[in-house]
Amino acid sequence: MTLLEVNDLAVEFTTAEGIVQAVKGIDFAVARGQTLGIVGESGSGKSVTSLAVMGLHRGAKVTGSVRFEGTELIGAPDETVRRLRGRRMAMVFQDALTALHPYFTIGDQIAEAHREHHGSSRKESWARAVEVLGDVGIPEPARRAGEYPHQFSGGMRQRAMIALALSCEPDLIIADEPTTALDVTVQAQVLDLLMRLKDERGLGIIVITHDLGVIARVADEVLVMYGGAAVEQAGAERLFTAPRHPYTRGLLESLPRLDAADGEPLHAIPGNPPSLLAPPAGCVFHPRCPVYAAADTGQRELCTAARPPLRLLADGHRNACVRSEETT
Amino acid sequence: MTAPLSTGLSGGAGAAAGDPGAAAPAPDPALDPQAQQTASPWRLAWERLRRRRAALVGAGIIAFFVLAAVFAPVLTAISGTGPDATDKRAIDPYLGGLPRGSAGGMSPQHWLGVEPMLGRDIFARLLYGARISLTVAFSAAVMITVIGVLLGITSGYFGGRIDTVISRFMDVMMSFPSLIFMMALLSVVQNVNRVLLLIVVMSLFTWPYIARVIRGQTMSLKHREYVEAARASGTTSARILFSEILPNLTGTIIVYLTLAIPGLIGAEAGLTYLGVGVRPPTPSWGQMIADSSLYYKVDPMFFVLPCSCLFLMVLAFTLLGDALRDALDPKGSRG
Amino acid sequence: MTGFLIRRLFGIAVTLLVVCAVTFCIFYLLPNDPAVQFCGKDCPPDRVAEVRQQMGLNAPLIVQFGRYVLAIFAGRTMGSGSYAVQCHFPCFGYSFQSGRPVWDLMMDRLPTSASLAIGAAVIWLLLGLAAGVLSALRKNTWIDRTVMVATIGVAALPVYFTAMILLYVVVVVLGLMPYPRYVAFTDDPFGWVQNLLLPWTTLALTFAAIYARMTRSSVIETLAEPYVRTARAKGLRERRVVGRHGLRPALTPIATMLGMDLGGLLAGALITESLFGLPGVGKLFADSLAKSDQPVVMGITLLASFFIITSNLVVDLVYAWIDPRARVS
Repeated sequence: MTLLEVNDLAVEFTTAEGIVQAVKGIDFAVARGQTLGIVGESGSGKSVTSLAVMGLHRGAKVTGSVRFEGTELIGAPDETVRRLRGRRMAMVFQDALTALHPYFTIGDQIAEAHREHHGSSRKESWARAVEVLGDVGIPEPARRAGEYPHQFSGGMRQRAMIALALSCEPDLIIADEPTTALDVTVQAQVLDLLMRLKDERGLGIIVITHDLGVIARVADEVLVMYGGAAVEQAGAERLFTAPRHPYTRGLLESLPRLDAADGEPLHAIPGNPPSLLAPPAGCVFHPRCPVYAAADTGQRELCTAARPPLRLLADGHRNACVRSEETT
Repeated sequence: MTAPLSTGLSGGAGAAAGDPGAAAPAPDPALDPQAQQTASPWRLAWERLRRRRAALVGAGIIAFFVLAAVFAPVLTAISGTGPDATDKRAIDPYLGGLPRGSAGGMSPQHWLGVEPMLGRDIFARLLYGARISLTVAFSAAVMITVIGVLLGITSGYFGGRIDTVISRFMDVMMSFPSLIFMMALLSVVQNVNRVLLLIVVMSLFTWPYIARVIRGQTMSLKHREYVEAARASGTTSARILFSEILPNLTGTIIVYLTLAIPGLIGAEAGLTYLGVGVRPPTPSWGQMIADSSLYYKVDPMFFVLPCSCLFLMVLAFTLLGDALRDALDPKGSRG
Repeated sequence: MTGFLIRRLFGIAVTLLVVCAVTFCIFYLLPNDPAVQFCGKDCPPDRVAEVRQQMGLNAPLIVQFGRYVLAIFAGRTMGSGSYAVQCHFPCFGYSFQSGRPVWDLMMDRLPTSASLAIGAAVIWLLLGLAAGVLSALRKNTWIDRTVMVATIGVAALPVYFTAMILLYVVVVVLGLMPYPRYVAFTDDPFGWVQNLLLPWTTLALTFAAIYARMTRSSVIETLAEPYVRTARAKGLRERRVVGRHGLRPALTPIATMLGMDLGGLLAGALITESLFGLPGVGKLFADSLAKSDQPVVMGITLLASFFIITSNLVVDLVYAWIDPRARVS
C-alpha cells in the first residue's frame, strides 16, 4: 500500500499585496522503502508542499488531498494530524542550528517527542534519545545528549535533527534541504545515513532540494517543480538520461560537467523565477523557455493559452510541456 | 534593552517610546542599494506610510501643535489676551480666587478659561507652553541624534580601541540614574537660560540609547559587500561613512528621532513639574500641571487641559513613530 | 563563569567609582559653598571659614574625594571639636541640616520606595504579559487591535493625569478609601496594600502598556522561529508548543527589561512619590534638592546608580541562566 498519496494539492497565502498561489495542483505518491526527490529553485513551492503535507502551513489555505496510509489529512481535525506528526511522519529541517531550540539540550528535545507520543517516562525517553543519537552516528551519545545545539558542529547538528525525526520510529521522513548548510563530505555522510535508515527500516523518504547532485545520489523517483507547479515527473534514471521538459533540461545543462570541452561555457537558464503574485499566463516557464523563444507566433499561443497539465508519456514519466514532443 | 528614553520618570511619558529592542529596525533590505530594482525604497516607504491611518492622525496632531506654537502671538492677538496678562475680573475673590463661570471660566474673553488666583488666560498659556515643550523636545532630539549618530557610527565603524572607549563611555552614561542626575544638574546650575540648560541636560543622558543602536547597525553594514568594495577600491573612511553607511542608517535615524520626541516632551514636563525645569513666569505645560494639581477637585478644567495637550502630543509622536518604523522596516510590520 | 563574574564585579566597581567622582565634582566644583549652605545665608565670613575648616573643605578636591570614598567602607568622623559627628559604616556623608548620617536617612525611606516599585512591577507584569501574550496569540483579530489601541493610548497618559483621575474617582467620588498615606508592611499588611493600591496602579499603567507591546512583538517574532515549527513538527500539543518552546525565549527580553526598569525605579519613582506624598527615596531626594542638602543628594545619586548597575549584573546573570548560548564558558 502506498504510504503517502498526494492529489491535486494547492496552497494559497493571503498577503498584503494579494493572494499568492504558492502551490497548485501537485500529485505524487511515496511508498515504503522509496525515496522521492522534489527539486526546484527557491520559490518553486517545494518547501510549502512539504509543510502542507505535515499540516504545518500556518495561515495558508490548503485544498486537494493528502492521504497517509489511507487517512485523509486535509480537512481532518487538528488532533488527528498532530498525532501523526512526529510519530508516523517526521520532518528534517534545513539549518539545524535555527531549527533546534537553543534553550534545551539535544537529548531533552528528542526525549520530549518520545514522551509526547509514547507516554514514556523521563528516564525511558532519555534512554531512547541516547539510543537514536547513537543510531545516527553521534559518538558518545550519552554525554552529547546533555549538550545544547550550539555546542554541536554543523554535521552533528544535522544528525541530531535526523535523530529527532527518528525517535518515534516514523514511517515517512520528509527532509527539506537536509544538507544545504553542510560541507560536501559531511553532506555525503548525512545522505548515506538517510539511505541506510531507509533500507534498514523500510522508511518512505521525501528529499526536497535545489541540488540535482543530492537528487542523483538518493532519489528513486523525481518531481521537478517550477513556479508552484509540477513540470516533470519520472524515475530518477530516466529523468537524468531523458529529460523532456525544457526547464529540467535547462537545470541539467546548467550543471558543470567534468567531461565538457575546455572553455565551453555553462548553460544558465536566462531570467528570474516568476512572481507568484502575478505569474505569467499559461505555462509559467514560457518567459524563460528556449523552446518558446524559438517558436513562431502561432505556436507560441499553445504555451500562453492555458497552464499545461502533466501528461503521461510512458513508464510513469509525466511532463507538462505541450511542445516537448516536437523538440525531442 | 530598556525603553530608548526611559528617563526613569516613574512611568511618566518618558518611557512611552514604544517597544524597543526587538523593534530596533534591522538594516532594511529595501534600503539596500542592491535591492533597488523597481521603485525607490523611499517611495515604497511613503506608500506604506500613507496607507496607515494612525500615521496620518499622528502627523495631523503634530502639525496642529506646531502651527499653534509658531503662530502663538497671532492667535493670542486674536483671542485678545497674552500669556502673562492677569485678569482679576475673571476670578471670584470670595471663592478663594476660583474662576467665575462654568468650566474653569470659559468665556468669549477667555476661550479656555483662566487660572485660579491670578486669572491668567489658559488658552494663551497653553500656546506658549507648546512653544517651550516643542522647542525643548525638538532641539534635544536633534542634539541626541547628532551626538548619538556621530559616536555610534565612529564606534561601530572603526571598532578596536575607539569602540572600547566609546562603548565604556556609553555604559557609564547609562549607569547614571538619569532623572536624578538631571534634577541635580538642573538645580545646581544657576543663572543660565533654563530652556537651553534643559536641552543640554536632557541630551546628555539620552544620547547613548541612540548611539548603541547606530553602533550595532554600523557594525553589520560595515561588512556588506558594497562597503567592502568601496574600501578595497581605496575610498577614504570619511567618504565611506558619509556616502555608504550614513544613507543606509537614515531610516533608523528618522524612526529613533521620532520615537525620542515623546520621551523628551514627557521628560521636560516631568522636570518642570518637579520644579527644576522651566521657571515661572515662563508658561509651560509641566508648570501648569504642577499648579493645577492643587485644584484638580475644585477646578478640574485647569488640570485637564494641559494634561490633554501633553497626552495628545506624546500620543501623536508615538503613533507617527510606530508607523514610520513599520514603513521603513517592512519585516517588523508583517510581524 | 567565575572569571566572568569577577570581571563584571570589577567593571561595576570602576563604574561606581566614576559615577561617584562625577557626582562629587558636580556638587563640589559648582559655586555652591557647602559651608555657606550649612551655616546659613547670614553667616559671618569668619564663621564660614571655621565651618569650612571643620568640614575639611580646604583640602584638595582629590583628598576630599578620597576621604569620601574611604568613608563608605570605613566610616568617618565629620568635623572636629564640639561639632564632631560620628558617621558610621557605610558612610555616604552626613546631613548637617537634619543632623543624621545620609545612610540612615536613605534607609528610612527605602522600604517605601521598594514597596512602591516592586508592587507596581507585579501589577504591570501581570497586566502587560497577559495582554501582550493574548494579543500575539490572537494576532490581527479584534482582540489584538483593541489591546494595541488601548496600550498606545495608556502609554501616552501622563502619570499626573492617571494619579489625579484615580484619586478623584476612587477617593473623592466613590469614597472607597481615604487619601493614601504610607503604612509599613510590618505594621499593617492590609493597610499597606490598601494605601499603595493607587500609587501602584498609577506607576504600573504606563509600564503595563509598554510591556504589553514589547511582549506582543516578542511573542510574534518567536512563534515565527524555525525551532517553534520544529516543536510543532514533533507533534507536540499547541499549548506545549507555545508555552514551552515559544514563550520562554519570547519572555527573555522582557525579563531583561524588567530588571533594568526595576533598578531604575527603586530610587527613581519621583513623580509618583510626590503625587501621592509617599515618603520614599525619591521624595527625600526632591526635598533635599530643594533644601540644598548636598550630602543627601549625593548619597541618593550613588544609591540610585548602585541599583541600576547591580540590576544590570542581575539581568546578565539571569540571561545566562535562561539562555545557554549566553553562558560564558
